[in-house]
Amino acid sequence: MKFLTTPRIDRCIGCHSCSLACARLIHQQISWSSSGIRIHSAGGLSTGFVALVCLGCDPAPCVTACPTGAFSQRQGGGVIVRKKQCIRCGECVGACPVDAVNQDEHGAVYVCLHCGRCVDFCPHNCLEFDDVDPLTRSLYDD
Amino acid sequence: MTDCFNVLIVDLASGKSRAEIIDERSSVAGGSGLAALLFSRYGQSDQAWDHPSQPFVLAIGPLTGYFPLMSKTVCSFRSPYHDQYTESHGGGRSALSLFFAGYDALVVTGRAKSLSCLSIGSRHVVIKDVGFMKGYGVAMTGKLIRRMFPKSSGHRSILRIGPAGEIGSAMACVNIDSYRHFGRLGGGSAMGVKNLKGIVINGDSSRPLPDNRDYRKVYKKVYDQVTSTDMMRKYYHLGTAVNLQGLNDIKALPWRNLQTTSDPEIASINGDVFADQTLLRNGACSGCPVGCIHLGFFRDKFKEDARYLYHQVPYDYEPIFAAGTMLGVTDCFDVLRILEEFERVGLDAMSAGVALAWASEAVERGLVSEKETIVALKFGDALAYQEAAGYLGTGYNDFYCLLGNGTLKASAVYGGAEFACVLGQEMAGYATGPLYFAAQALGFRHSHLDTGAYSYEQKNHQQDVSKAVDFLIDDEPGRALLTSMVACLFARSVYNSETLAQCLAATGFEALAGSLTETSERIRQLRWQVRIATGFRPDDVEIPKRFYQVATIRGPVDGPYLDSVKAEYGRRIMDLGRADPTPD
Repeated sequence: MKFLTTPRIDRCIGCHSCSLACARLIHQQISWSSSGIRIHSAGGLSTGFVALVCLGCDPAPCVTACPTGAFSQRQGGGVIVRKKQCIRCGECVGACPVDAVNQDEHGAVYVCLHCGRCVDFCPHNCLEFDDVDPLTRSLYDD
Repeated sequence: MTDCFNVLIVDLASGKSRAEIIDERSSVAGGSGLAALLFSRYGQSDQAWDHPSQPFVLAIGPLTGYFPLMSKTVCSFRSPYHDQYTESHGGGRSALSLFFAGYDALVVTGRAKSLSCLSIGSRHVVIKDVGFMKGYGVAMTGKLIRRMFPKSSGHRSILRIGPAGEIGSAMACVNIDSYRHFGRLGGGSAMGVKNLKGIVINGDSSRPLPDNRDYRKVYKKVYDQVTSTDMMRKYYHLGTAVNLQGLNDIKALPWRNLQTTSDPEIASINGDVFADQTLLRNGACSGCPVGCIHLGFFRDKFKEDARYLYHQVPYDYEPIFAAGTMLGVTDCFDVLRILEEFERVGLDAMSAGVALAWASEAVERGLVSEKETIVALKFGDALAYQEAAGYLGTGYNDFYCLLGNGTLKASAVYGGAEFACVLGQEMAGYATGPLYFAAQALGFRHSHLDTGAYSYEQKNHQQDVSKAVDFLIDDEPGRALLTSMVACLFARSVYNSETLAQCLAATGFEALAGSLTETSERIRQLRWQVRIATGFRPDDVEIPKRFYQVATIRGPVDGPYLDSVKAEYGRRIMDLGRADPTPD
């Protein structure tokens, strides 16, 4: 099972190209927040950047919190989203321990689907789309 | 896409705001064109820069947010430097934040009753009293604003000023997101005179994808060009600092108040040295994958024991020229220390460095003394310049107040106008020769980026007034068009007319895409008309003697040629100002 990871996020320059790509290619929007990956400064621009993105929990707390089944468990980790079943309650947003689910001004929620489409748009190769063994994460995290 | 502009008008005096729809997209495009249009509507050509009704304008363009490197914002205002209309351009997160806040422009009018901070977003306009921030430096102001307005972290832009803007210095800049600036011609004081310490722009909404199946294809093409080819390498590798060595080699780099244009000491402060010794990391404006921002560092030992603190300071060619070669400072870390002090008080680095260079020569010649300068200013003395930056930025005494309003203003009182390095404003770091000197002196923003004069001069050896001025006149509309989109001018090789037309058509601006030539000329004319209406007269701009005495790449400057180019360029500009705007 492939996951999107951010093993080299220390290289991030804050261009938001990944977020813009996700919004443009997956969610049919022009946005830096209605996307599965969002870039924030890590406590002010002087300290670099962090990527808010789904870490592929299994079991995923957002799935447990979802009252309608719009979020269901993806085999191996992460979630599958059925937009039509989403009632925009936002329970998934609060349930995510790492703030990886975002809700826009209309109530729609966005979470990484681990499709990897954003990877090619990172100019510094911060992102990776590959099989990840949870036990080896420490070799790649920052 | 809509052919109308959505403009937020905020009146600080009443605390009221309104969104206005302006139907002029096909006429002025956005950015520079929109800013000039808004100033012509809301500005007062018969009132001085500090009149409360004068607008402070931020404008983005039709391609902002839709394509890479469309990442700049145009800031326009009536300048405290020359009391005329002007523009300054900056990036950071400002452009995308305004775009995602849902506006094409922000117009701030009126004067708040007390020092205030304005926060806008797609669903809010808030003005908060920040009287407690009075006198705070730029970095501390940023920290306080982040605490006061925690919303949209990561997707917002914070514009703020330091004390220089609060005292009305003509060299006060607007700091954008710590590392970018609306630097030149006193934008910081255009905010300060409104009692506006900061502006927070929350990019808290999204926009629909253009309804054109070519959009993604065109986006990918442009993205690949800027990331997969060497077109932008100059900017992300050593950055513009690479020019230090090159311009020194051809005798075009101002040293020690332009007493010379080349010096072997360049070996200690060229682009390679900055990258090897000081470069901490790179950054980018939002929406730009190039990442040309170079953040250097220096550290200071603050106790005898091994106790250190470190600072991050953005560097580029021009700040290194201004705080380095122009001041005779040849240690790369010392250059960053001086820049940090300019930053702290909210001074434009180029203006401040050039002003202090004049003051240093004025001290050498006995025109001013420590009675005025407080600290002994001497070329190469980095510590003295760090201290002087604070005096200049806070208007510590009459001398520094006057100097902060322009080197020529100080020299009118103390003497030394002949060696004031002023070309419309304190010079940029290009001593390529007479064409450049005339072009900066009369250029719309008095910027080396108004035209490609510095480049033309390096490539064309003949001195033909007519051909040279034709080049300046012909080169300007394309640049005005790019700054109306609003592209980073580093991307001018990527966004040629054909690509711009493709991008506009794919985004839904078909009418604009089909009329780029006419639109660019119309914008150019409109900008000059607004500028001339606020008092610009080419004959009022004098080029100091120093520019006639310096040796450039082709030897001594040909004075009569410089005078002829300036006269002819001025005549052609005034013709533009009188021309009827090209019909839609």
